[in-house]
Amino acid sequence: MAKVVFNEEKCKGCYLCMTACPKKIITVAKDRMNAKGFRPVEVLEMDKCIGCAMCATMCPDCVIEVFR
Amino acid sequence: MAEKVLVKGNEALAEAAILSGCRHYFGYPITPQTEIAAYMAKRMPKIGGVFLQAESEVAAANMVFGAAGAGARALTSSSSPGISLKAEALSYIAGCDLPCVVVNIVRAGPGLGGIQPAQSDYFQATKGHGHGDYQMIVLAPSSVQEVIHLTADAFDLADLYRMPVMIIGDGMLGQMMEPVEFDLGKRREIPPKTWATTGTEMKREHNIINSLIMNPDDLEACVRERYKRYDYIKEHEAMAEEYLMDDADFMITAYGTTARIAKNAIAELRKQGIKAGLVRPITLWPFPEKIYQKYTDKVSAILSVEMSMGQMVDDVKLAVGGKVPVHFYGRTGGNVPYPDEIIQSVLKITGGDK
Amino acid sequence: MEQVFKKPEALCDVNLHYCPGCTHGIVHRLVAEVLDELEIEGKAIGVAPVGCSVFAYDYWKCDMQQAAHGRAPAVATGIKRVLPDKVVFTYQGDGDLASIGTAETVHAAMRGENITIIFINNAIYGMTGGQMAPTTLPGQVTQTSPYGRDPKTQGYPIRMSEMLSKTDGAAYIERVSVDCVKNVVAAKKAIKKAFQTQLDGKGFSMVEVLSTCPTNWGKSPVEALEWLRENMIPYYPLGVYTDKTGE
Repeated sequence: MAKVVFNEEKCKGCYLCMTACPKKIITVAKDRMNAKGFRPVEVLEMDKCIGCAMCATMCPDCVIEVFR
Repeated sequence: MAEKVLVKGNEALAEAAILSGCRHYFGYPITPQTEIAAYMAKRMPKIGGVFLQAESEVAAANMVFGAAGAGARALTSSSSPGISLKAEALSYIAGCDLPCVVVNIVRAGPGLGGIQPAQSDYFQATKGHGHGDYQMIVLAPSSVQEVIHLTADAFDLADLYRMPVMIIGDGMLGQMMEPVEFDLGKRREIPPKTWATTGTEMKREHNIINSLIMNPDDLEACVRERYKRYDYIKEHEAMAEEYLMDDADFMITAYGTTARIAKNAIAELRKQGIKAGLVRPITLWPFPEKIYQKYTDKVSAILSVEMSMGQMVDDVKLAVGGKVPVHFYGRTGGNVPYPDEIIQSVLKITGGDK
Repeated sequence: MEQVFKKPEALCDVNLHYCPGCTHGIVHRLVAEVLDELEIEGKAIGVAPVGCSVFAYDYWKCDMQQAAHGRAPAVATGIKRVLPDKVVFTYQGDGDLASIGTAETVHAAMRGENITIIFINNAIYGMTGGQMAPTTLPGQVTQTSPYGRDPKTQGYPIRMSEMLSKTDGAAYIERVSVDCVKNVVAAKKAIKKAFQTQLDGKGFSMVEVLSTCPTNWGKSPVEALEWLRENMIPYYPLGVYTDKTGE
């Protein structure tokens, strides 16, 4: 059991996290933008998350919290 | 009363800085102020202080910027071309409201100029140096004893008003030996430096020392607050010596070593029946305007004598506002105005020249 | 569930002003993580440069002083000489450290000044809008090398880590990169070692971090990481250039 939580308002849509994720479960939210005007990222299949924190390691904006 | 000792101006300044609590000196060799650095190099290690010969004047002044930010009484000294290089840091120090003392033992310019005494950095000291709207307090001693007192004052004024203070002299003052007492007199009370970057120790919010203010309204408010402080300083800290001015109907004005020469000229003029007196600014900024204004009804004319092509004379004119004619006599660096030359200038103005 | 990753304590809870994907943010976080892990936030004083990272003084919770362009090592020297028991570090870009501040950098290293420098090399001037930096690669197009940097007229890129490794005063010099997870982890290890070098009183330490500038390189953040890997790492090899910490 693991999960990631995105602080969407801090996300700048650089998507470096997506390239880092070994499970490729991070996707761009198609249905919304944050107040900055960026489409944030989301994980729809959280059950596949292994809590490796690679996404958070590459995030320049401390958007991601990881739980395991 | 302290013991009288015979000491050079530059060394007196260095020792007075140490007695004032300065333990951090950053400098770079340049004639004719190098004795200050040499003295500090010898003394600082013995008293647990820091002497650091920097790679450049630029670096030395920026080290002072750092040391001042960390709450120390920091000093740098140089001579004219070196002060031009320190200008960058002085602007930042003023912009960050930090205290420090900088010494300019002025030599002739422009460019490499010469190494002889000069007063051609008056504009730079009082109106120039770095970029932006700011001032430094500028103190101009004319004897070795006064070097000691004004050095102690410089550190107090810097800490009190949180701004850079310059002591301006020349090679003559720096090199001459006079008997002095190392008695700093009454010192001022300095508030604790709660703004210094000494580490939060996790007990307070972080201190930020910074001069970048991107919001124009905030920047303007900050600069205006600084100028309120400057107005207060103008009102309370301007100093000048008035010499034989009680009965004077002619004013000579000069600062630093030139004022000493002017005193000799005044003695001779008085023998010839011309009641000349001297106003000697001790603070070049703030300029002691009110002292000049006291005499606008009493003197027929003013002669500003300088070792430059005429720089302080502009401030004298501004001070008297056209109420008295203001004349100028000057020699440029190394060529010191002789008493005879000053006397001839005065006689030319008063109509008594031959 | 236990939280295994969060914003480090020493990093202020603010939005960083950097462009999307700019790796300054990663390095800021790494420095904060190290301040946390070594428990030195309270005794640290940071010096912010001129350049994109000028606002760094708003990002770390330790005391901060902002320096003139290139002068951070001199300012840090002043602070450290007043407070030798505190931890003093600078954070500087390539224009700041390797161009206008080369003298201050070299001489801080020569003196073995017991400070730590975090040097961001992204081969371009970011804040001013993408001009040629001292570290711009041969052929690289910037606003002031519009036909590509020609070493014949515009000189060669400067390799600071190699250069400073020749100084007797440097105790620890390493070049790292933040282009991928593995390298970010290595970068943090190097930054931690640099701060530890200072804590141990060993002398001058610097970590050069190869970074991206997607905006001024005209690339997406992901493409920028690839460009760094393919172009910068071959010119600026990663590794430890000096390590006298064991002596």
